[in-house]
Amino acid sequence: MSDDLTQSRLGAMTYDPAPESAAIVTFRDAYGLFIDGRFTDPSSHDSFATINPATETVLARVALASASDVDVAVKAARRAYETTWSKLSGAQRAKYLYRIARLIQERSRELAVAETLDNGKPIRESRDVDVPLAAAHFFYYAGWADKLEFAGYGAKPTALGVAGQIIPWNFPLLMAAWKLAPALAAGNTCVLKPAETTPLTALLLAEILQQADLPPGVVNIITGDGTTGSALVDHPGVDKIAFTGSTEVGRLIQERVAASHKGLTLELGGKGANIVFEDAPVDEMIEGIIDGIFFNQGHVCCAGSRLLVQESIADDVLRRLVRRVDQLRVGDPLDKNTDVGAINSAAQLARINELAAYGEHEGATRYTSTCVLPDKGYWFAPTVFADVAQSHRIAREEIFGPVLSVLTFRTPDEAVAKANNTKYGLACGVWSEKGSRTLWVAQRLRAGVIWANTYNRFDPTSPFGGVRESGFGREGGRHGLEAYLDVH
Amino acid sequence: MSRVSTAPLRLVTRDDRAVQLPSNSSLPSIESEAQLRGLLGALSGVDAVGAEARAAKLATRSLKKSTKLAALDLAISMVDLTTLEGADTPGRVTSLCAKALHPDANAPEVPSVAAVCVYPDLVAHARTVLGASTVKVAAVATAFPSGRASMAVKVLDVKEALDAGADEIDMVIDRGAFLAGRYGQVFDEVVAIKELCGATHLKVILEVGELKTYDNVRRASWLAMLAGADFIKTSTGKVGVSATLPTALVMLESVRDFAEATGLRVGVKVAGGIRSAKDALRYLVVVNETAGSSWLTPDGFRFGASSLLNDLLMQRLKQHRGAYVRPDEFSGD
Repeated sequence: MSDDLTQSRLGAMTYDPAPESAAIVTFRDAYGLFIDGRFTDPSSHDSFATINPATETVLARVALASASDVDVAVKAARRAYETTWSKLSGAQRAKYLYRIARLIQERSRELAVAETLDNGKPIRESRDVDVPLAAAHFFYYAGWADKLEFAGYGAKPTALGVAGQIIPWNFPLLMAAWKLAPALAAGNTCVLKPAETTPLTALLLAEILQQADLPPGVVNIITGDGTTGSALVDHPGVDKIAFTGSTEVGRLIQERVAASHKGLTLELGGKGANIVFEDAPVDEMIEGIIDGIFFNQGHVCCAGSRLLVQESIADDVLRRLVRRVDQLRVGDPLDKNTDVGAINSAAQLARINELAAYGEHEGATRYTSTCVLPDKGYWFAPTVFADVAQSHRIAREEIFGPVLSVLTFRTPDEAVAKANNTKYGLACGVWSEKGSRTLWVAQRLRAGVIWANTYNRFDPTSPFGGVRESGFGREGGRHGLEAYLDVH
Repeated sequence: MSRVSTAPLRLVTRDDRAVQLPSNSSLPSIESEAQLRGLLGALSGVDAVGAEARAAKLATRSLKKSTKLAALDLAISMVDLTTLEGADTPGRVTSLCAKALHPDANAPEVPSVAAVCVYPDLVAHARTVLGASTVKVAAVATAFPSGRASMAVKVLDVKEALDAGADEIDMVIDRGAFLAGRYGQVFDEVVAIKELCGATHLKVILEVGELKTYDNVRRASWLAMLAGADFIKTSTGKVGVSATLPTALVMLESVRDFAEATGLRVGVKVAGGIRSAKDALRYLVVVNETAGSSWLTPDGFRFGASSLLNDLLMQRLKQHRGAYVRPDEFSGD
């Protein structure tokens, strides 16, 4: 190749900073607990700081809910369920959900900036994915609220009562929408506990609920840490627990909920396989692999963190992939041109570093982006491991970071066997221009979600959830209603 | 002049090319139509949803400040200022050439455009007006825009343009032959025209709006490049659908892969329907992030346009002054 071609770095034209203004959102210095329609101080007056992971600066202080605060919140939810929410018709509930959806759209820019500040994800993603999808979930389930009898769950399906909902830090607002929208449409009231490191958009959502005149107590938002979540899980006044998070915590919750009256749905970890056959549409496939693992810094439970590539094209795919990884723009999450933002917390960064180091130790070949990382904040350069074996830790454990493990296969059978050789079962991708093979493979994969010639695409009409150690229950679509209806 | 497509085909030699080629180029020698068909058939398919999603994502890039200014000037230098009307006259071409040389009369620092693009009968006049300037004269030839004429007519069309002093030839492929699967015929025609052109830049117009699918765009791109195109060009501007961002993406992926396989750099020209500076900058982002920054020159990328130029000038002035000026600040050519 000639010199000028080898020098032709993809994306080498520099882009001046194009930051979205952080001033679009104004956080209060301190937030209380959102109980019974208003912000209240926690009984203990304990609080903790939430920081911007890209700069390590404090954004606000939020209340730490104790067991007694949880009790107050659950009782408020019960009161609202019995006196107000269960008395409303589906159409009346829908009115509130539509209002919330529209308010999310109206305040979308503010919510996107808040999400990026608190979480570290690129503004392009919070603006184009998280916030629009959150609004879409409310719109979608608003449509179901007066049509529950046609959802296939009996002639007159009824709500469960009070739902306790615990959400993760990777898509804070979107996960709140995934939990609240179907629960409210089905007629439940909610106690929502946002993640410790990303509480702010849930608290902005609380303001939106006030703006929407949602009756007090229908949704209560309590910030806190693991002890808060634990108190919510154990509270006898809760009829249903919905949890999204790690498999370890999910297992603890299932033990605690066992033999109680409480319903349970769990959306846990994953180690998704992205399977690439030699007839895949190559350029879109490379983009799909990139989206699959570097979207949201790889903080995605359904991330395509294992790439299974047919051996006949493995070298070419790896070359194209490494070139593309080097092109990713890593840095200020508020910059509109940033592709990969900050790791959400120091603890998560430590875990990613540990597993990546283990990958090298196990003998995998490491390719790390040559991008320059900022001095402050939590950062991890996008990384690809080639020559990974099924037995390696980086092929088995969920890294939950921008780290891809590349393995090869020879035949469709071997691809399926390797893809299924995991304790998880959340999502897989299949890349091929041959429809019959895609279907053959998809039918044999043990995963809740299979994407064909794409990855990490979400829509409120499509059910999402896992099998095996990735959990059970579905969110989204008609199926998502089942988690919040008494169907027995 | 037309060859029997199943007979061996000869490729232009590397010395014929306008750009000095790297010594290690490895252009595959096409010996038969079957071989050509096999080569095109082995190209990766394009997933339309994925290609359009990628283009839409790149369109969200935000160019600010010095990047935007540099990109606007770069875009101006990449314009093939075009007039392709039945009503074209020497007077019209004279004023277009004046605009090409000095796009903004009040700002001598604004670069000249890359070329003016006219029908062959106006090449001599344009050549005279442009004189020794850097602005090239490009001629659309080979029975532009439909390409529906005998090879003898197409060859004569090109010869006349070359004799009149054209620096660049924009030829159209025979879309009918391509869609009928007669790849050999299309290949032969491009080879024959390239032979006529010699060192003169040959742009091969695929007319993507008639090829319809991205798979066809990729195949036609490779076919043209294998046959000796210096540029591949989206459209004539004379059919309903012209250049689109995803089509340009697919063509830029093709030139990137072709360069990697052969060491030869082929340029891309987008034409038709690009009217705003905002659109032009989006194309430059796609060039930058798909083929790479070495394509960001008038030798690597062109815009075939007319009204685009004034919007580029308008946005440029806005960046400098901080406010928009009236459209009448610029000449209407």
